[in-house]
Amino acid sequence: MDMFSNLILGFEVALSLQNLMCCFIGVFVGTAIGVLPGIGPLVTIAMLLPITFNLAPIPALIMLSGIYYGAQYGGSTTSILVNLPGETASVVTCLDGYQMARQGRAGPALAIAAVGSFIAGCVGTLLIALAGPPLAEAALLFGAPEYFSLMLMALVAAACLAHGDMVKSLSMVVLGLLMGIIGTDVNSGMARFSFGVPELTDGIGFTIVAVGLFAIAEIAKNLESRGEDKHEVFTKNITHLYPTKADMKASAWPIARGTVVGAFFGALPGTGPSISAFSAYMVEKKMAKDPSRFGKGAIEGVAGPEAANNAAAQCAFIPTLTLGIPGSATMALMLGALTIQGIAPGPQVMTSKPDLFWGLIASMWIGNAMLVVLNLPLVGLWVKLLKIPYRYLFPSIVMFCAVGNYSINNSPMDVYMCALFGLVGYMLVKMEFEPAPLILGFVLGPLMEENLRRALLISRGDPTVFFTRPISLAFMIVAILILITMFLPAIRKKKELALEGGGG
Amino acid sequence: MKADLRNNKDFLGGLFMITIGAIAFYMALDYPFGSALRMGPGFFPRVLAGIFMAFGVFVMIRGILSGEKVQGRWGWKPLGFILASLIVFGWTMEHFGLIPALLAMFVIATLGGHEFNWKEVLVLMVVMSTFAVVVFVYLIGLPYPLWGSY
Repeated sequence: MDMFSNLILGFEVALSLQNLMCCFIGVFVGTAIGVLPGIGPLVTIAMLLPITFNLAPIPALIMLSGIYYGAQYGGSTTSILVNLPGETASVVTCLDGYQMARQGRAGPALAIAAVGSFIAGCVGTLLIALAGPPLAEAALLFGAPEYFSLMLMALVAAACLAHGDMVKSLSMVVLGLLMGIIGTDVNSGMARFSFGVPELTDGIGFTIVAVGLFAIAEIAKNLESRGEDKHEVFTKNITHLYPTKADMKASAWPIARGTVVGAFFGALPGTGPSISAFSAYMVEKKMAKDPSRFGKGAIEGVAGPEAANNAAAQCAFIPTLTLGIPGSATMALMLGALTIQGIAPGPQVMTSKPDLFWGLIASMWIGNAMLVVLNLPLVGLWVKLLKIPYRYLFPSIVMFCAVGNYSINNSPMDVYMCALFGLVGYMLVKMEFEPAPLILGFVLGPLMEENLRRALLISRGDPTVFFTRPISLAFMIVAILILITMFLPAIRKKKELALEGGGG
Repeated sequence: MKADLRNNKDFLGGLFMITIGAIAFYMALDYPFGSALRMGPGFFPRVLAGIFMAFGVFVMIRGILSGEKVQGRWGWKPLGFILASLIVFGWTMEHFGLIPALLAMFVIATLGGHEFNWKEVLVLMVVMSTFAVVVFVYLIGLPYPLWGSY
């Protein structure tokens, strides 16, 4: 079969010494930073992005994706041990994971999370390998109207399903699109929104925005309250790591169900690990004979969501790699990394750069395997990292941001701009705007404008073109449906419940 | 009522959006709008700026109606120190090299924290700066002068 020769090619690439090293470093650093309280995958990737630019495209992407799922897994560790979710996806893990830790079962909770993530990761990887080629083939048929509608749908979905207020999330998408305009217009050569600053005619570097909005704003947010948070860290009880047979048996089906739920939501643009983890939790609660155990340390409540969020994390690569449309802010960062490496994202990547595509997929599997091997024996090390006080952490994060941004163009301008976005990001956070949809809009902005123009050129200025071509119409209908359902109060309440507290 | 608006999160948010939207719209007036058939460089920005302002008005009105406050205090002081540390880093890096830039950055950034203990800051500074020099300059090979300008 074709897929096998492709996978063999992938493993040949991924198993080269340099790529293995990059994968290992990525997974290790990602987990280490992801474990640190208050630093989620988004901040981790934003912070380390510039550093990978000095690598060749394949090792750079392998390292970045290693950082991504490493950080995701590191976040679960923090959720279980300290009840501090690094990002919304891990909120659900806190519910039962932390309770398990309080009952002295931190070891099994961590082990089940690792095993669940690994199984889900394997399935996810396989799904990308299976679904990627046909999807990319279908995507090659897409014209400008289809692309525009698809992007519109992805942005609407991302804004509506994001954490927080919907109108504000949509506004952030629009702000991102506006910021994406900054720079020279491709069609007319006109410099737009450049404020007369020559550096801005090339557009704003995308890492600058990401680092400023996420990393810098996050630090300022953490520092605004006085005194350090005291969280109980359950570290003494991690003696017996390995789950009992009963634990394994109880977790087997939740892991399988979680994987399915996660894979489904992960592959849809706009939805991601958070929705998947929550849905998996709800599924487990519904399936359980005794739902009252949930929230009190039920192992199913760790296994299902952990499998789901990892499956979603993996499957999120499907739209990103095959269509060039990121489904989440994290994926937007990956896509930005691709672009900076000089690779135009889209369905052609698979055929023009098969070594990159398949190498990345194979390395994901290897990375997931590394995570299991790395995490269980190294729990002691992660626990030590957890105890690092924030006053040591934040200057070090600032350092990474400063050096990283300076290194992109060797220019202080980028660092100044990053400071400016830190200010903007902080104000947005205080006014309760979610910055994640902004970054999606920012990455997709130029593409959207380009496709909008092209579509209207093809249709001779007739805007109904988006509704007369069947594929485009389908995307539009989905986008409108999402908007309508989100305006219905009953469904909106459910979503809020989902994202706030995991729904009692 | 007036004092209330000053810390009203949606009022401020709406105000912020309308301001940004208006600036963007005004600037985009200089770019040719074109027609639907041949869209000019002004089309997309003007439409987006318009939508953004409209959302801004909505958020602002909602803020006036609900009167919800910004949660927690505004931490201008830590933010100021962090931003200053970035700016000083950029400037020092350009003129005096990596090591002075890192040292200045660490001192200013830590001033933004809750506790400031010279001994701790010194240790952190030395450890992390050494780490940065080894990783960025020797391992990754960024072409930075350790001391002095380019």
